[in-house]
Amino acid sequence: MQHAQAVTTMTTIMAKFTDYIGKHLPDDIVAKLSELRSAEDSALAKVVYDSMFENLAKADELNRPCCQDTGVIQFFIKAGADFPLLSDVRPILDEAVRTATRQAPLRHNAVEIFIEKNTGDNTGDRIPWIDWDIVPNDSGITLEVYMAGGGCSLPGQGKTLMPAAGYEGVTQFVFDVMTSYGVNACPPLLVGIGIGGSIEVAATLSKKALFRSIGSRNPDPNGAVMERLIEKGLNDIGIGPQGLSGKTSVMGVHIEKAARHPSTISVAVSVGCWAHRRGTIHINENMSYEILSHKGVTL
Amino acid sequence: MNKVLKTPITCQDVEQVNIGDIVFLDGYLVTCRDMAHRRLIDMGMKLPVDLDGLAILHAGPIVAKEGESWKMVSIGPTTSMRMEVHEKEFIGQTGVKLIIGKGGMGPETVEGCAAHKAVHAVFPGGCAVLAASRVEEIERVEWLDLGMPEALWVCRVTNFGPLIISIDTKGNNLFNKNRAGFNAKKGPIVEEISKHIRFIK
Repeated sequence: MQHAQAVTTMTTIMAKFTDYIGKHLPDDIVAKLSELRSAEDSALAKVVYDSMFENLAKADELNRPCCQDTGVIQFFIKAGADFPLLSDVRPILDEAVRTATRQAPLRHNAVEIFIEKNTGDNTGDRIPWIDWDIVPNDSGITLEVYMAGGGCSLPGQGKTLMPAAGYEGVTQFVFDVMTSYGVNACPPLLVGIGIGGSIEVAATLSKKALFRSIGSRNPDPNGAVMERLIEKGLNDIGIGPQGLSGKTSVMGVHIEKAARHPSTISVAVSVGCWAHRRGTIHINENMSYEILSHKGVTL
Repeated sequence: MNKVLKTPITCQDVEQVNIGDIVFLDGYLVTCRDMAHRRLIDMGMKLPVDLDGLAILHAGPIVAKEGESWKMVSIGPTTSMRMEVHEKEFIGQTGVKLIIGKGGMGPETVEGCAAHKAVHAVFPGGCAVLAASRVEEIERVEWLDLGMPEALWVCRVTNFGPLIISIDTKGNNLFNKNRAGFNAKKGPIVEEISKHIRFIK
């Protein structure tokens, strides 16, 4: 395939995929929501879950974004060092976002800082946001597309603690965020926790934790224990769908970590709302692709 | 039978509903979020829509232009708490009777709802296509210079809901009540978890 043709092909794939994920939740999220729905018995919790599933069916039927807040588009990328379009990824994704914004259509959500004007096409200074991981000796690219809505971006917080606060302090911080800002952020939430030695490391990891599939566990045994304990504890609080109280609070709790400085322990929390619009796509160097988050889907 | 509020909504209408009730709206619903509140209250600009007896929705929709008219594509509530700093005065100045949004609001809004007879209700967040399907027509748009999410979209709606009353006219606040319950449970749970995660020794 000619280089120019490959650029056009990848732009089309990413525009269609960005459009698609705004309208359909990934398989693991739908399965988890069905499980949480069946546990509820109160009138308010039931009417909310009924509305959620009726809404998803209508979004599919009418081909519309399932939530009006289609977010600031973010791409978390694992790019093979030998991927042939590495230099073109930024312009490809900018153009894909502009196209998806017109075609889906997506809400205009990029407001330039200081100028304070909405750009009207979801691109702007450093937006769509791109986070890069380079994979050595690989020629493909895997992209997580995420629509970070305002409601579930609002609880995002971090704090650098002194080691004396320990993991106990980390846990307290998570629960404080969840019982304050978390209540209004469209629960049941997916909770991403980042732990490291400085605030930007913890913040980035807390976001990346949201891309793990539901039911996965931190490979570290203590990390997995902590995930289970926090998940059970948050569910026992019973925040329920939309914070109206219920049998559960969260779709999952995921912790990601980086080694810390001896003097600090930083924690950050990012949450995903129930309409967790993330999609994972792998593109090979010949521009064939596979969608990993929504099985059996072709664009 | 669903309980229905019809615009123009009267003080009596809203006095009859209580926190936790599920109601539906027929009539006029106008989107008003951060900038509409800021322009009226902080900047003293006159609202281009008379909201007396009507409902507002804290929302920034996706709309599509079809010829000369607008079609509602997707419209769900946004976080109401962002409007807390302005809402009491907003209710007083406009005479709005039903405020629809997502999540709870605070003590200032509770005061405003009690003083001027208004209620706050929650439409399930993220259910934007369901909500759009209840919009009969967008009659007009004002302040479009603010951009699509912040403009005032004047909508005629039928059976718009479910709306869960979260603040009533009697000073009750459903989310406050829930939050007190969550906070009461939180302490012992965090304490119990802490026993198992003392990894720094």
